[in-house]
Amino acid sequence: MRLTPEEERILRGERGEAAEKALQVQLEVGEFFGAQEFVRVSNVHMMGDIEVMGDGGLEFLRRMAGLGARCVVDTTTNARCFDFDYVERLNQDKEVAEKEKELISLLQEIGVMTTDTCINYQSLYQPHLGERVAWGDTGTVIYANSVLGARSNFESGPVALAAALTGRTPAYGFHLDEHRKGKILVELEAEPKNLADWGAVGKLVGAGHQNYFSVPVFAGVKGSPTADDLKHLGASLASYGSMGMFHMVGVTPEAQTVEDALGGEEPKETVTITDKDLDELYASYDTKGGSANLVVFSGPQLSLYELKTLSELLEGEKVKEGMSLIITTNRGYKSASEKLGYLRKIEEAGGIVLEGVCFYILDSIARLRVENGWDNLVTNSAKLANIIAAHKFNPILRSTEECIEVALTGRIEQL
Amino acid sequence: MSARETEETIRVERAAGDVVEGVALVSTEGFSPRYDLDRWTGEISRPGHAIEGENIKDKILFFPTAKGGIAAGWAFYDIKAKGIAPKALVFGVTNPVMVQGAVFAGITITEGWSRAPSEVVRTGDIVRVDPQGKKIEVLRRG
Repeated sequence: MRLTPEEERILRGERGEAAEKALQVQLEVGEFFGAQEFVRVSNVHMMGDIEVMGDGGLEFLRRMAGLGARCVVDTTTNARCFDFDYVERLNQDKEVAEKEKELISLLQEIGVMTTDTCINYQSLYQPHLGERVAWGDTGTVIYANSVLGARSNFESGPVALAAALTGRTPAYGFHLDEHRKGKILVELEAEPKNLADWGAVGKLVGAGHQNYFSVPVFAGVKGSPTADDLKHLGASLASYGSMGMFHMVGVTPEAQTVEDALGGEEPKETVTITDKDLDELYASYDTKGGSANLVVFSGPQLSLYELKTLSELLEGEKVKEGMSLIITTNRGYKSASEKLGYLRKIEEAGGIVLEGVCFYILDSIARLRVENGWDNLVTNSAKLANIIAAHKFNPILRSTEECIEVALTGRIEQL
Repeated sequence: MSARETEETIRVERAAGDVVEGVALVSTEGFSPRYDLDRWTGEISRPGHAIEGENIKDKILFFPTAKGGIAAGWAFYDIKAKGIAPKALVFGVTNPVMVQGAVFAGITITEGWSRAPSEVVRTGDIVRVDPQGKKIEVLRRG
């Protein structure tokens, strides 16, 4: 890779050992992908919680803080595994909670803003067309690349932190025009009507094309999807397909036309998604006799608009006895929903709203499943339905309204 | 190139890390340390995964694809600290997270293969991964 004089100085340790180590890892990654140079980034969003970092990662962070590591660009954090107000109620591990607290304080020591949200693109920072960032959490990256036209690769925790310390990232992948062209044409004959439908579309396209660079182009979209629709589509494509970018003709900024999105090339493949495909997908979830005691809205965290919808559906209702209705959002939206009265309606109905976390990374989640007798997990998030299976839940995807119906009755219909 | 090398060698497109030798574990299904792995025991835990129940410790892992997940970045470092890391990750197609995580943890990783591993390598074979030479050789049949 071509290095600037400043980068050479960093590698000689003139900006401290932490920055030197950080740039060294970034250089090796850049060389793997044949990057020619580094590019400056304006914003970093990193995943740093005790569940993914473990004791090894915590020890690494202690060393970096000890070396005087310091962020040189604004750096925020993704959702984590504890809402400290709910450790007792959920019966999470108090020892691990203490480690999480230490980890948060170490991150703050090196200048990281511990915002604990996976919807930074809705709540914190919206990079503009062509702006280069280094973001972690796949859902944030696919939204930045696709909906905002910004440029980022999936930057996992260690290299996002490295970018925070060096202010740059190697220019490979979605930093380069060639990788941003659409590869698969998706004729969207289906008319997605809700968040679960958009997530389902993401599953149908993503699961069959597991490739970071496959970049689907959605054509024929009727109406105007909302930010939350695109959030669920993107999170699902990234989760099932490991995809880092999509285009939607007439909707996303690098796709004014199909030709525009494909960069003048022919698609490698064309797929069609119909309403029948969506119906079959919903019917494929086995409800195992139809009883349910867990409904989750999470993955990604809910926007204020999603919280408003839930509060309206739950107003004056009571969730079924023995039912757990768990919702996750970020600190800012929980606070706003309290002021707007949404939180009261949800809590009076028996729902729990957690802040700063995502359900699938909650500490002790596998043990909590057993202790609470959770099996069927009903959700409107296709992404969550994918990930949570690793913890041996039986996920079932349904619309927001159907999920609430399950929460109120404890029963789910086999489609 | 010897005849043996031709028959029992896979060329890879991109690679990083040290030369390593170990027991091959070949999967026909992709991999994510978030979705598929019990990161406390090293066992492939997702029900129905092609190599469900196998342990990845000290193995040379062959996967056609990488799945989802930013978590791999820290996860590889953590499983290495716990002593349950694989020796190498050999992917047909991978994503940046796997590469970042492996480089950060000091685990050898490669991407792209000249022929399907299933034609050359079987689970249990002893193989050598040579990142500088961009090749994988079968040393002994398991």
